[in-house]
Amino acid sequence: MYLYSLTLQQATGITCAINGNFSGGKAQEIAVARGKILDLLRPDENGKIQTIHSVEVFGAIRSLAQFRLTGGQKDYIVVGSDSGRIVILEYNKEKNVFDKVHQETFGKSGCRRIVPGQYLAVDPKGRAVMVGACEKQKLVYVLNRDTAARLTISSPLEAHKSHTICYSVCGVDCGFDNPVFAAVELDYSEADQDPTGQASSEAQKHLTFYELDLGLNHVSRKWSEPVDNGANMLVTVPGGADGPSGVLVCAENFVIYKNQGHPDVRAVIPRRADLPAERGVLVVSAAMHKQKTTFFFLLQTEYGDVFKATLDHDGDHVSELKIKYFDTIPVAASICVLKLGFLFAASEFGNHGLYQFQAIGDEPDVESSSSNLMETEDGFQPVFFQPRRLKNLVRIDQVESLMPLMDMKILNLFEEETPQIFSLCGRGPRSSLRILRPGLAISEMAVSQLPGQPSAVWTVKKNVSDEFDAYIVVSFTNATLVLSIGETVEEVNDSGFLDTTPSLAVSLIGDDSLMQVHPNGIRHIREDGRINEWRTPGKRSIVKVGYNRLQVVIALSGGELIYFEADMTGQLMEVEKHEMSGDVACLDIAPVPEGRQRSRFLAVGSYDNTVRILSLDPDDCLQILSVQSVSSAPESLLFLEVQASIGGDDGADHPASLFLNSGLQNGVLFRTVVDMVTGQLSDSRSRFLGLKPPKLFAISVRGRSAMLCLSSRPWLGYIHRGHFHLTPLSYETLEFAAPFSSDQCAEGVVSVAGDALRIFMFDRLGETFNETMVPLRYTPRKFVVHPKKKLLVIVESDQGAFTAEEREAARKESFQAGGAGENGNGSADQMENGGDDEDKEDPLCDEQYGYPKAESEKWVSCIRVVDPKTADTTCLLELQDNEAAYSVCTVNFHDKEYGTLLAVGTVKGMQFWPKKRLVAGFIHIYRFVEEGRKLELLHKTQVEGVPLALCQFQGRLLAGIGPVLRLYDLGKKRLLRKCENKLFPNTIISIQTYRDRIYVGDIQESFHYCKYRRDENQLYIFADDCVPRWLTASHHVDFDTMAGADKFGNIYFVRLPQDVSEEIEEDPTGGKIKWEQGKLNGAPNKVDEIVQFHVGDVVTCLQKASMIPGGSESIMYGTVMGSIGALHAFTSRDDVDFFSHLEMHMRQEYPPLCGRDHMAYRSAYFPVKDVIDGDLCEQFPTLPIDLQRKIADELDRTPAEILKKLEDARNKII
Amino acid sequence: MQASDRFNINSQLEHLQAKYVGTGHADLSRFEWAVNIQRDSYASYIGHYPMLAYFAIAENESIGRERYNFMQKMLLPCGLPPEREDD
Repeated sequence: MYLYSLTLQQATGITCAINGNFSGGKAQEIAVARGKILDLLRPDENGKIQTIHSVEVFGAIRSLAQFRLTGGQKDYIVVGSDSGRIVILEYNKEKNVFDKVHQETFGKSGCRRIVPGQYLAVDPKGRAVMVGACEKQKLVYVLNRDTAARLTISSPLEAHKSHTICYSVCGVDCGFDNPVFAAVELDYSEADQDPTGQASSEAQKHLTFYELDLGLNHVSRKWSEPVDNGANMLVTVPGGADGPSGVLVCAENFVIYKNQGHPDVRAVIPRRADLPAERGVLVVSAAMHKQKTTFFFLLQTEYGDVFKATLDHDGDHVSELKIKYFDTIPVAASICVLKLGFLFAASEFGNHGLYQFQAIGDEPDVESSSSNLMETEDGFQPVFFQPRRLKNLVRIDQVESLMPLMDMKILNLFEEETPQIFSLCGRGPRSSLRILRPGLAISEMAVSQLPGQPSAVWTVKKNVSDEFDAYIVVSFTNATLVLSIGETVEEVNDSGFLDTTPSLAVSLIGDDSLMQVHPNGIRHIREDGRINEWRTPGKRSIVKVGYNRLQVVIALSGGELIYFEADMTGQLMEVEKHEMSGDVACLDIAPVPEGRQRSRFLAVGSYDNTVRILSLDPDDCLQILSVQSVSSAPESLLFLEVQASIGGDDGADHPASLFLNSGLQNGVLFRTVVDMVTGQLSDSRSRFLGLKPPKLFAISVRGRSAMLCLSSRPWLGYIHRGHFHLTPLSYETLEFAAPFSSDQCAEGVVSVAGDALRIFMFDRLGETFNETMVPLRYTPRKFVVHPKKKLLVIVESDQGAFTAEEREAARKESFQAGGAGENGNGSADQMENGGDDEDKEDPLCDEQYGYPKAESEKWVSCIRVVDPKTADTTCLLELQDNEAAYSVCTVNFHDKEYGTLLAVGTVKGMQFWPKKRLVAGFIHIYRFVEEGRKLELLHKTQVEGVPLALCQFQGRLLAGIGPVLRLYDLGKKRLLRKCENKLFPNTIISIQTYRDRIYVGDIQESFHYCKYRRDENQLYIFADDCVPRWLTASHHVDFDTMAGADKFGNIYFVRLPQDVSEEIEEDPTGGKIKWEQGKLNGAPNKVDEIVQFHVGDVVTCLQKASMIPGGSESIMYGTVMGSIGALHAFTSRDDVDFFSHLEMHMRQEYPPLCGRDHMAYRSAYFPVKDVIDGDLCEQFPTLPIDLQRKIADELDRTPAEILKKLEDARNKII
Repeated sequence: MQASDRFNINSQLEHLQAKYVGTGHADLSRFEWAVNIQRDSYASYIGHYPMLAYFAIAENESIGRERYNFMQKMLLPCGLPPEREDD
């Protein structure tokens, strides 16, 4: 089995973000790393985050830093990754790519302890960069310019210190003196040797300054001083003329200003009043903002509170450090302060936010200062504060993030054409159920009812130079309605259009006149109001029309074509006639090319299943150039120019190709390349769009021509970052559409459907999925679907949080204590996101502030029933007494007394640290009542461990409780043990069944294949895996095959060898299996690993599903970083050959950007086996054209054929 | 094998041990071995962000706190070293 791996939704979480000026000019950009993806984002003028560029680097990006050479105009990006190399990138604005300026190897690849890459620090003047590892190694590279002003990099200078753990590094701003780097270090060598524990208790972190002597080209330890043992992060303080230099050391509960030869200035970080005393406050992200005369720091704690830190200084002497409460936003992995007054917060979990500064925290607020630091017997006196609503920031945009994707199911609960992805995302109060549908989201601008059923709609400008449309013209079966577009849209009668007849086409002709084609003729309305009418000869009527701004072709009933052209004076002149063999099904003329008088091609579709290209040149007017036969009669034709490849933002480097798109009666869209000179048709591709024949309309998207296809659902064909995308829209069925442009909506679409006129716009182009969100209360763990009622049952649980009642009580108390003044109405009766009453105006909405922290042994949990159609929670059971739900399944027991029941595995008083402990585990059995919308507890059975896996099996319930697999039957008061097997190595985390086989996943030891013998009432393990795999997700593929994913980011398939499988099935006694023991306590048979692939992200869910109607199934997976991918099995050996060769050439010709070897990355833990990386193959169109040609030659194909192959491969999956 | 070769191999080993932390030797104790493995593991968790996030979800902590905790655990990953047996 060979698989094609393709990422459908790129990771949405962010690991680190930096801001700078990467493209030169004035624009501020944000470079973000999303695990293995490097993105460049930019807030546009409307305050929306736009992705400018995105590239997969096939390696783990661990750190990013930006620097600017002195006097330079743009910032460079330094990337610390797992490649054992330092990579410096420059963003190339013209080509819209990252150029690799330097790549220097310094160590082994992989995320290792002593190989640098974890930390990056740059000299604030851009003269040097330090790259550090968790332990021992630090390397300094000197950056300079050569005579041609190109960036140069030196060989590395070592600043190693062995037996030393490094917590953080940063550059120290010392103007133009020798560059200095600061590091927080901890020496463990003595603690390792001292059995008494004295050395380890005395182990002291040090702040060390490393000086790079530019003259001697040497790095030395300049200064080292003990620092608070809770230190975890360093922040550069401006120096030289701008400030006092030195560093801010962020430690647990404190921020300390330190510099060489300067006394420590220490201030406490204010604590939330409700924080348990055992917990510290740690700064997790920081940003420094420098204005002309002042500077300040924003420090965010692990609870999400942002503090503004300022230094009072006089020259080099710092007199006071103040830390003032600023605002609270969700905890961020990185925060970036942009010069435009924006704050970008890359959330650790959940959606990222773009905030605008309303103020910079100058108003009085809770503040701690170094000058009023109080030391008592128990240490320093804490300062308390109460989080309040946003005062200094206001959120203006958010970027969706699915991180972490906890569970996912692909089902068609809504009975739409394609299945929906139901995913559990987020954590704690920011958890949500997100329903993803493949397709683009649209935003509806207006819907208005019309008097009757419209059949078509057009928009026209009055003049070719107008920016906006003047009229919307709607045609009915016997009338035409004209609406003028202004402040409002209203009906007008003075437009000159004939309103007593239906229309076939309405358009601008020439520069400033309008044309209306109706069944009996053509009405030409001149700018001065004169009307010319051309009437059809005899009793024949016009059936079809094709037009552009200068040319019109009409088809009369019977099959006669008449061709008109607008002459210099704007007069429509009949040019030529042509008799076709039969009725014409559809017509289209290509748009007039820039600087030409006419377009050369006319496409005519006939009912004899052919499409013909006719010439419109005066020499061979209406002569047939080429013919193509199609599988069904064409319904609609459209010429579209596509620039198929990147080479710059607009694909300017590449010649455009003209495509003829035909929508056929059988619902297929047929796309064929038209030779620009000869009109010959070649290279066709087809795609099934829906049950209705697609109608095609030319519209514009981001100023470029695009295509709207209306079948049983609408599709948009457009160019995004150089790729042609054909994506469904998440909208209802439309009949007819036209581009729409007005003051309020620069680039929209007007359409008719039923008796309504709809105007809409496209959101977030380039996205594969659009989502609807249902908020949840706690971190969702798993969910199941009620098989008949189509309801979802979700189990949610959180450690270290208070129950809803306790939170309500505490909230009431704090409102009463604080007075309702600032916090407004204390909406005490509001249960947070228990239903749809989530109030965004809530002054303390948990989604933003997080739940108050409780002691770590406290647990909260709930079981929720959601109706996905209405997004209503129909039942919410909160568990009591530190009980947390972990597993869930539906089960039908033998005696059909209750029908479908719900089993939920819970654990009470779970503790991970210092030792894993629990009070008891339980299996709850619930009955569905009220049509499955409510749950009723039947009984609760205590078990000795954590029931992490539950599954129905032959009318009974299988439960994995720690290392025990047990079969239960339903009793009156409790579950009844029927049979068990205690031979599993660690903890069972998944159980799947098929016929009499049971596939058990162990948390640490991969899969075990078991069998249940009813006659002996025993469970046997007959096969297991020889590789220790830390399973995180598993899925049953077929009788002998399981797919699994491990904690280290690998996906693998195991299969029981055919002969073993047959032997086991044929053996009637089972005796052999029973008595045969494997070696070393293993099972007698072993499964083979047949597929292996490193995804590079922890996979949390696996499922077999098909995303296209009638398509073959692929294995879909979701990851912690919020990406969704698919593994699709190849069906032909030729494809395998082709793609493996393409992958090989791509590896050679286009090595990944950040220096990690592609093959090594995909084989990071185990050698990759039988999986072809589609993400690498899909980078083919981004190669320079000559490289594309070179690879294509090696493969004996043309680049266009390769593009088509790639498109086909993707279309098989989604 | 000649004496000079053996000396050579030893010196090569010493070089490796100095260069790569965790290179074993004949007298490596169980404790030292375990400490090395643990430190390597923690460094790997810190380096792989998705894994760090995975732990953070399990423990309901922020990722930044989780990273700090792992760094702290690198000091004494296996508890105090055992008493040396005097030989």
